[in-house]
Amino acid sequence: MTKYAIEAHNIVKKFGDFTALNDISLEVPTGKIYGFLGPNGCGKSTMIRVLTGLMNANEGSVTVLDLNIPKQADLLRLKIGYMTQKFSLYDDLSTRENLQFIGEIFGLSGTQLSDRINEQLQCYQLDQLSNQRVGSMSGGQKQRLSLAAATMHNPSLLFLDEPTSAVDPQSRREFWETLFDLCDQGTTILVTTHYMDEAERCHTLGIMEAGKMRAIGTPETLMSQLGAYVIEITTQHSRALKERLLAKPEVKSAAQVGLSLRVLIDKSISEPISWLTNNFSELSSGDLKETRANLEDVFVTVTGEGRQ
Amino acid sequence: MISSLIRMKAIIVKELRQLARDRITFGMVVMIPLIQLLLFGFAINTDIRNIPIGVVDQSGSTAGRVITQSVSVTQVVSITSSYATVFEAEQAITKGEIKAALILPSDLTQRITQQRVLGQWIVDGSDTMITSAIMALQTMPFTDFDFEIRPRVPKTFDVVLYYNPTRRSAVNIVPGLLGVILTMTMILFTSAAIVRERERGNLELLITTPIHSFELMIAKIVPYIFVGLIQIFIILGLGHYIFAVPINGAISQILMGSLLFIAASLALGLVISTIATTQLQAMQMTVFILLPSILLSGFMFPYEGMPVAAQWISEALPATHYMRIIRGIVLRGADLHDLWQDSLWLLAFTLIGLIVASVRFKKSLD
Repeated sequence: MTKYAIEAHNIVKKFGDFTALNDISLEVPTGKIYGFLGPNGCGKSTMIRVLTGLMNANEGSVTVLDLNIPKQADLLRLKIGYMTQKFSLYDDLSTRENLQFIGEIFGLSGTQLSDRINEQLQCYQLDQLSNQRVGSMSGGQKQRLSLAAATMHNPSLLFLDEPTSAVDPQSRREFWETLFDLCDQGTTILVTTHYMDEAERCHTLGIMEAGKMRAIGTPETLMSQLGAYVIEITTQHSRALKERLLAKPEVKSAAQVGLSLRVLIDKSISEPISWLTNNFSELSSGDLKETRANLEDVFVTVTGEGRQ
Repeated sequence: MISSLIRMKAIIVKELRQLARDRITFGMVVMIPLIQLLLFGFAINTDIRNIPIGVVDQSGSTAGRVITQSVSVTQVVSITSSYATVFEAEQAITKGEIKAALILPSDLTQRITQQRVLGQWIVDGSDTMITSAIMALQTMPFTDFDFEIRPRVPKTFDVVLYYNPTRRSAVNIVPGLLGVILTMTMILFTSAAIVRERERGNLELLITTPIHSFELMIAKIVPYIFVGLIQIFIILGLGHYIFAVPINGAISQILMGSLLFIAASLALGLVISTIATTQLQAMQMTVFILLPSILLSGFMFPYEGMPVAAQWISEALPATHYMRIIRGIVLRGADLHDLWQDSLWLLAFTLIGLIVASVRFKKSLD
């Protein structure tokens, strides 16, 4: 087995004058969960479409499971599972009929097919719903069905495009448990998300913004290498203070979290707390403390340039 | 190869399930041919009867009354009123109360003895069908007098009518209706086929699967072939029993000819489906094909009477070729061998359509 399930180099994808992907390179290690974190419209879905051969890149090279994409995209389709952002199974078919359809499309038939369907129904807790039309099912149920369909043919690589955007937190947790189970069995997973808590679960994370890859690394590395201090300020009049803080170029971000302000201060300042109290007299009496960076801090720090 | 068949079977089963669950569409499969057949069969009637007319009898003579009655018993017209003056009759025509008026002048008796023209019809000429029905009365002989008032016009030719000796319109319309209804339903169903997948978001999933374009195209049309066959049974069956349309050709020939046309229409629908981006657009394009198929295919007006440019368009439409085939088989007892040019054309149209559709259907989102 090769070290990398996906290798992409210098991908450029343009839609007319708009550059959706701007010189993106990435390597997805086999058997790991790789996440794309980024706001809506940053190019996550486009990247997945290029990697699966659904779209042709204008520049760059893509190798997925040792296949040259898009040239060998037909061969790739047999080996990958793809869960689209929008639910894309048939609302007017039942759970079992949908799985049967997908299974047959991937060449399963007879007892092999029915065994696999039962296995998937059980694994994704859909056995109670097997004869129910999909149109009447909840977001979480549909999502489990989508994943069951995407894994019908035991793909070694799974693409999940914002899989949890229409589900409640409990279903999301369970969904990620299933992903780790799949990963345990050797499946490589590439998942896009705009939820920080999801991003934190990935083995490797690529933070995308406006068609560019801003940072790549494990969530831990990204958080520890954050080029800013995180200071929590608890004070009154925090709304007014926030505006004044943001006027300083050293302050990378200030966001209200509950009663306190979470402020990111550039690493070029050696003593952030005293810098703050020196510059903002009202803070001398306030409660200031440095705290551990989280992924949202990382995201805010590395992006922002292209934000409008 | 086997997996290719399994894949096609998967799509066909899925399409049939979806069709069976879409009650309105499923209802249309049966209702369209049923209702259209009854409507067209009863309403479209080129044997004109009971045209409302008025009479202006200025002679007031016995001869005038006899002539009026003779005209009335032809049943071509029905005398709804009589007027004292020509002016009143003209006004009644303008108002649309009557379609024509028969004017018998005051010197009617004299004209009879002199064997001159007896009277005049004034006719609302806007409907040519009505005009020609009245024109036919121009030379009507009168036999209710002691002598024949006008010598019969000697005939140059005798006309013998084959296949439809009683000149009933339904005989020609019912087989033609097959072509129109199949055009309508077949193109409509398949033109929505791919577009619907796109609109509902199923397409993105479908194109990441190993299914090939050509397999998808074939599998998408197969279920509708059965739909088409059901419609043929409804139309020809009812046409035969209700409108006494003779079925002179072999059933196998009818089936084969119809299959050719169904396939051609379905392929055309698929091509539309790869062009349209919404179901509404697909519908509009279907109407774009449907109208010339009704007007130019020879269903309503004879091909021979069309201007050359219209004949070219007509030749391009699958419906035209099917009209010839199905009328040939059903009414004249011909077979596909006799109509090989039209059959070949439909076959070629199907193949080209399928190829165009599969080439146009790219498995990519670019």
